[in-house]
Amino acid sequence: MTRGRALRAVFVATAAVLACAGASAEGGRTPKPAVTVEKKGACIAPVEEMRRNHMLMLKHDRDRTLRQGIRKVPASLQGCIGCHASNRTGSVVAAKDDFCASCHAYAGVTLDCFECHSGKPKAAPAVQGRDDASNADLLASMLRGRGGAGEGAVKP
Amino acid sequence: MNSRRTFLAASAGAIAGVALAPGVRLIELASGRSPEAAASAKNRWGMLVDTTRCMDGCTACVSACATENHLISHGRPRTDAQWIRKVELRDKRSGHAFAAPVMCQHCAEPPCVDVCPTGASFKRADGVVLVDRHICIGCRYCMMACPYKARSFVHEETHDQNPDVPRGKGTVESCTFCVHRIDRGGVPACVEACAKDGGGALVFGDLNDPASEIAKRVAVEPTSAIRADLKLGTAVRYRGI
Ligand code: HEC
Ligand code: HEC
Ligand code: HEC
Repeated sequence: MTRGRALRAVFVATAAVLACAGASAEGGRTPKPAVTVEKKGACIAPVEEMRRNHMLMLKHDRDRTLRQGIRKVPASLQGCIGCHASNRTGSVVAAKDDFCASCHAYAGVTLDCFECHSGKPKAAPAVQGRDDASNADLLASMLRGRGGAGEGAVKP
Repeated sequence: MNSRRTFLAASAGAIAGVALAPGVRLIELASGRSPEAAASAKNRWGMLVDTTRCMDGCTACVSACATENHLISHGRPRTDAQWIRKVELRDKRSGHAFAAPVMCQHCAEPPCVDVCPTGASFKRADGVVLVDRHICIGCRYCMMACPYKARSFVHEETHDQNPDVPRGKGTVESCTFCVHRIDRGGVPACVEACAKDGGGALVFGDLNDPASEIAKRVAVEPTSAIRADLKLGTAVRYRGI
């Protein structure tokens, strides 16, 4: 609990730093995390909202997927990974400057998510269907979702 | 709140089912549900194991499970995770021998859920029994409570997981009926493999849907549950045991 509060303080500081990151010139006195988004288009919510609340969104939708079996949710972890895996490592956490890793290292946040979760997106939905029509729809929607704003399919 | 809402949704579904003329069914009752819909008590996923078709020496289901869920063996059978195993039985008197795969039986009254101190073991509305690994503390009470020895504790670090099947050290896990596949309209990996490379002994489907192959078969074929005396309402039915 106290750790959580401490982290929150760090986070507020980070958010403040990030908020003025755009304005401050290169080589300022304050180090900055290397947060690079290779994907074009938009995130699932405005950037300020994402920076502040992505952990709450993940937790909320985690329970919806796991407990209720809802597979299409906005804040799916596989969704984040599909858009944010870097072109170089194909992962969100494999290298120091990968998306989820760089910011958390900067903010002093340690995640255990990737002890279980793969940091790489799923290659393709390899499912033999009971119902071809719904699979075709699903495939189409997954390709749309994965591709973000009209970009090509995600690399495995 | 949540459970109340699911209950209301489920009862609405039941009423819709009843209101239709016999033989006429809403399409969503017969086929699966869409990925944005929640699992519902309208469905009861189940499996039929026809031991008369389970082939001698075949382990297609076991290896398919390991491949799908990335259950990597460390060469330590006592601690390696095992979600499905083939059990061979022989009647000493008659010499009659048969084998059958045993996995989580997805009980209607799961003892693992009863004993779990954190609420990590739970049963979904459609009857699939799972471990919420986010709140599992690895105490292993559920493993002791399970009469089928269906659960495994993850003793070793995991690597290169299937993105659809996160799993990691320090938590308990078991057969999920491949929820990540059935939620998208597929069948469990073992069933697919048994149909392709095995004897076609496994049938998966919705026990609540009278039009499904599994419901039709369990209605006419003599099947039973393992340890039926415990009255756990298992979703896995065996033929020929
Ligand atoms: C001990 C293993 C384990 C750990 C640690 C873990 N998860 Fe999970 N997670 C799972 C399992 C198992 C599922 C269920 C997968 C399924 O059914 O699709 C899951 C599902 C999810 C889902 C829903 C599926 C998806 O991709 O959207 C989310 C969201 C999620 N986890 C977020 C997290 C976050 C965030 C963390 C870290 C704070 C985390 N998990 C840590 C095992 C784990
Ligand atoms: C459809 C693709 C897509 C998905 C899915 C997605 N993102 Fe994003 N995300 C983006 C894009 C594109 C940006 C950059 C947006 C911008 O700059 O306006 C971004 C920005 C962000 C930022 C802000 C980075 C910064 O500049 O500080 C965070 C944090 C973030 N995403 C986290 C997540 C998390 C966590 C998830 C999963 C719950 C997720 N994203 C899912 C595409 C996506
Ligand atoms: C813009 C910087 C930034 C990016 C990018 C970022 N995070 Fe975070 N994340 C944070 C900060 C800061 C915290 C700590 C907040 C707190 O403790 O209140 C945090 C906390 C979390 C937590 C909660 C950890 C806990 O133990 O409570 C999860 C889960 C999480 N992030 C997931 C992700 C995932 C997944 C990605 C990549 C898709 C990601 N984050 C990308 C800044 C970021």
